[in-house]
This record gives sequence, C-alpha cells and structure tokens, in this order.
Amino acid sequence: MALIETHNLSKQYRTADKAPTLAGTIRHFLRRRYRTVEAVKDVSFSIERGEMVGFLGPNGAGKTTCLKMLTGLICPTSGTASVAGHTPFRREHPFLRQITLVMGQKQQLIWDLPPADSFRINAAVYELSDDVLKTRVGELAEMLSLSTQLSQPVRKLSLGERMKAELLAALLHRPDVLFLDEPTLGLDVNAQAAVREFLRDYNRRFGATVLLTSHYMADITALCQRILLIHKGQVIYDGALDRIVQRFAPYREVKIELANVEGQADFTRYGEVLAQDGRVVTLMIQRRNLTETVATLMRELELADLTITDPPVEQIIGRIFTKGNAA
Amino acid sequence: MKRTLRKARLLLGVTYAEMMEYRAELYLWALSGIMPFILMGLWAKAAGETPMGMPPVDFVRYFLAVFVVRQMTMVWVVWDFEYDVVNGQLSPRLLHPLNPVWRYVASHVGERFSRIPFVTALMGIFFLLYPKAWWVPAPGTLALAILAMLVAFIMRFVMQYAFAMLAFWTERANAIEDLWFTLYLFLSGYIAPLEMFPPAVREATLYTPFPYLVYVPAKLLAGQPVPALTTGFLVTLAWGLVFLALQQVLWRTGLRRYSAMGA
Repeated sequence: MALIETHNLSKQYRTADKAPTLAGTIRHFLRRRYRTVEAVKDVSFSIERGEMVGFLGPNGAGKTTCLKMLTGLICPTSGTASVAGHTPFRREHPFLRQITLVMGQKQQLIWDLPPADSFRINAAVYELSDDVLKTRVGELAEMLSLSTQLSQPVRKLSLGERMKAELLAALLHRPDVLFLDEPTLGLDVNAQAAVREFLRDYNRRFGATVLLTSHYMADITALCQRILLIHKGQVIYDGALDRIVQRFAPYREVKIELANVEGQADFTRYGEVLAQDGRVVTLMIQRRNLTETVATLMRELELADLTITDPPVEQIIGRIFTKGNAA
Repeated sequence: MKRTLRKARLLLGVTYAEMMEYRAELYLWALSGIMPFILMGLWAKAAGETPMGMPPVDFVRYFLAVFVVRQMTMVWVVWDFEYDVVNGQLSPRLLHPLNPVWRYVASHVGERFSRIPFVTALMGIFFLLYPKAWWVPAPGTLALAILAMLVAFIMRFVMQYAFAMLAFWTERANAIEDLWFTLYLFLSGYIAPLEMFPPAVREATLYTPFPYLVYVPAKLLAGQPVPALTTGFLVTLAWGLVFLALQQVLWRTGLRRYSAMGA
C-alpha cells in the first residue's frame, strides 16, 4: 500500500477582490464581492515508502495548498488523502508524530532564544527523553555541520545556519514522511548543496519518504527520480524526471559554430533561433525534421562545429508552464 | 502524568527564558498598569471629604489589591492568536502533537513569573511612601485570594481565547475583545468597588462573570468582606463552562476555515 495517496483532491476558497481606488475601497467596505478560487483540482497520485518526489509548478500552481492538505493544516473541499494510513485533517497524534513540514519562508524556531531551547520544547512535545534528545541533536548536527550555532540566539544566525537549525528541529522526532516546501529558498549555492546533501543522507539512513517543492531545478535533479508537475491546480505529469524530455520535448537543440562571420544566413528557416552569439548559433529543431535539417545546415553553411543535445529540463518545464498545457 | 509534568516544566522554562529576553518591554508594560493608583488617589480623596461607606485607607488597600490582581490576571491571547492565524504562525503549532492552547498558556504563566519581582518591588516602594496602608491578610484569606486570582486568570483566559477563535473568520478578532473590555472596566470593580454601585445594579452585576475577575479577588486580598462567595464560585463556573463550550465549537468550525495564510 502506498504511503501517501490522494484521490481527486480539490481545494476551493473564497477571496474578496478590491479595486485600488477610493471608490473601490468604499465598495469593498459596503458590499464585498467574493470569488471562488480553485487552488487544487482533482489531484490524484500515490507515493511509495522511501521515495523522493519533486513537486514542480509555477507560483500559485497549487503545490503548497497540496502540502497543506497532506499535512492536515487545511481541510480539502472534496476528494480524499491518506498519509501513513491516516486522514491528515484529523491530525491524530500518531499521524503528527510521523510527519514533518518544513517551509523555507516560515520558521518554527523561537527568534530570540538559541535553537537548543526550541529543540527542548520539541523534545517535550514529542516526548523524547533527555538522552534521546542529546543523541539526536548530536547526530543531526553532525550531518548538518552545526555546532556552536546551536547556542546563539536564532536572530544572530545566517540564513543558511537558520535553515539548517530549522531542519534539525523539524526532524528531531525522526519523522517517516517529510514535506518540504522550498527548503533552500534564499540560500547561497554552498548552503543549498549542504541542505541537499543532508536530505539525501537522511533519506538513505532512515528510509524516509520525501515530497519536495522547489523553484531550484538543481534541488529536484539532485534529489528526485520522480516528479509531479502541477499547473493551475492540476497534475499534468507524474513520472520519471528523465522521461520528461522524451515526452515533452519533441525537439532538440542544435548548436552550430560557423567557420566565419561573413555571409550569415537567415537561420529562422532551419528552426527556432534560441541564441546567436557571433559565430555560434543555437537552434531548436523538431525531432522529426532533425536529420534532414542537419544535412541542410551542413550542405548550405560552412561549419566549424555542430553539436546536438537535449534541451535542459528547466527549459522544457518552463515551456510546458508557459504553454499551460502538457497534454 | 510524569510526561505531562515534564512537558509543562520544559514549556514553562523556555517561555520564561523568552520573556526574560524582553525585560524592558515587560517593565514598561507592567508600569502601564498603574491606573489603579490614579483611581486610588481620586477615591481616597473623595472618601476623605464625603462619607462613602468605606474609610479612605480601605480605598487605598482595595486599589492596591486591584493593581496586584490586574498584574496577575493579565491576558493577551486574543492578540497572539490573531497574529498567528493571520500570519500562518499557527501552522507549525498545529503540526505538533500538543494542542496549541498549551503554548499560549505557557507563555502567559512564564510571563507571570518574570513579572512577580517587579510587582513586589513596586508594592514595597508604595508601602515605604505610604506606611499607613500596610496590612497583612490572614493566611486563610490570603489563600482564598490567591485561589480567586487563579480562577480570575483562568476565566479571563478562557473568555479571551473563545473570542480569539473569531480570527478564523475575521482578521480583527480583537475588536470584540475591546468591546468586552469596556464592560469589564465598568462591571469588574476596576474603576470603583461594587459598593459604590446602586444596589440593583450591584445585584445584577453579581450574576455576570465580571466581579469575579477583579472585585472579589481584590476584596479578599485587601482583607475586606466579600458578598456570597459560594454563589460567586457557581456563577464563575457556569460562565466558564459557557465560554469553554463556545471556544470548542468555534475551534472545530474555525479549523475547517483555516487557510494557513502565509504558510
């Protein structure tokens, strides 16, 4: 049985619109107009124990709303969700002991006290003994390369240190299911890499199941073999990361280097021009025309070099979201 | 039981440490509660000029006791809860296997301990300046006064927490608390002891929760006679249960509306 399972999960909410004028303000006060927003529509998927799945989508696609429903923070409008055999919204204690939610832009640590004080509270809440607390803090701090920072007030920590301490607090009770919403948001490249490495290590050591959202494609490619693409509240792709190229990119990138700059041709007749920099031109060519177009290029132009590659995953996903339809 | 005690000890220890980080704010806040001293001056002077059924020194002791009761029963959970709902800070608390109310209770109790030395010092200065007001309540009365203050604090907390639940529907749940506070000001004995009220109003007031929030604990602490303590206890219990039931209903329905904004 899958550890996380959703069937036609949907969430609608009402929001009030207000025009930015004085008349709009008065109208908003006297007769508020509401509209219903469909944040998530009929989302169905299942995740097996130990999987690391990337949840991808543009801003407002419904990723965070899904995570909130799966952790039991908000009540679905319709559909069902099951996590570790529990209905999340009931928020039963055995369920809460098995999960954690880390939000990159939110913190649970007490701002004016050292992280160690927040850990003590979490230990009490999750009923961990002093010995277990000490062992786990030591173990996780070592994995995260944290030590002296744990006795400094949270407000004095750098963003990267704070995020690591947040992760430590969130994982102290050793949850089986990790919901991570933008865990590397705003971190520098080194800190991002450290958090990624830690998550991979945690998954390997404890067999944890991870559902991760991130705007950084590097997080997804480094950690997840499987991705869920969500757009306008609907899942438009659920499968292996490497298969997305075959499915959604019926084109390849052809980079040509001209032997000389003189007499440059109109490259648009070969395919879509992605970039042109001096003698180097990058074209996007449909797979079905690839052989014929490459032959034409070699026949008509004097080339110093030619390379054919698959477009980067970020670009493919970007195009899917721009077009708004992956079907 | 052992686990519950450990949770309580750790929660209190950490919230106490957190409160001690805001020493200046804490003292300024406690100082802002000096209104009873102003009222004390007014009523004691008035009683000195016109007989009011209570000698001036009784007014002095009563309002000093009001100051202590106010300091020990201060509640702000509606503002904290509203902030947490509006900013999504309630979310991490909802994900803990512990009802979020205990975090708010702990912060109030922790704050109380950090306030006690300041209140004691202020009272010491007052008695040095005005030794005529010095009194020592009988041990039994003092125990009753402490119990009455504890009940008053629980009642204030339960009522305000019920209002706080409205934050699930409106972003300004504290507006209803402001309205309620106006009634509290006049009917709790904060501005004047109930003896100064017309008899009919005084009788009616005793069936509301307000006199048990300030007047009754303050009178006990000041060592002055208190009307019908048993009835008062039953009235408080009844109101407490009403607000507790209201809070539970609002909590359950409110959570279904919670959108975890900002988180």
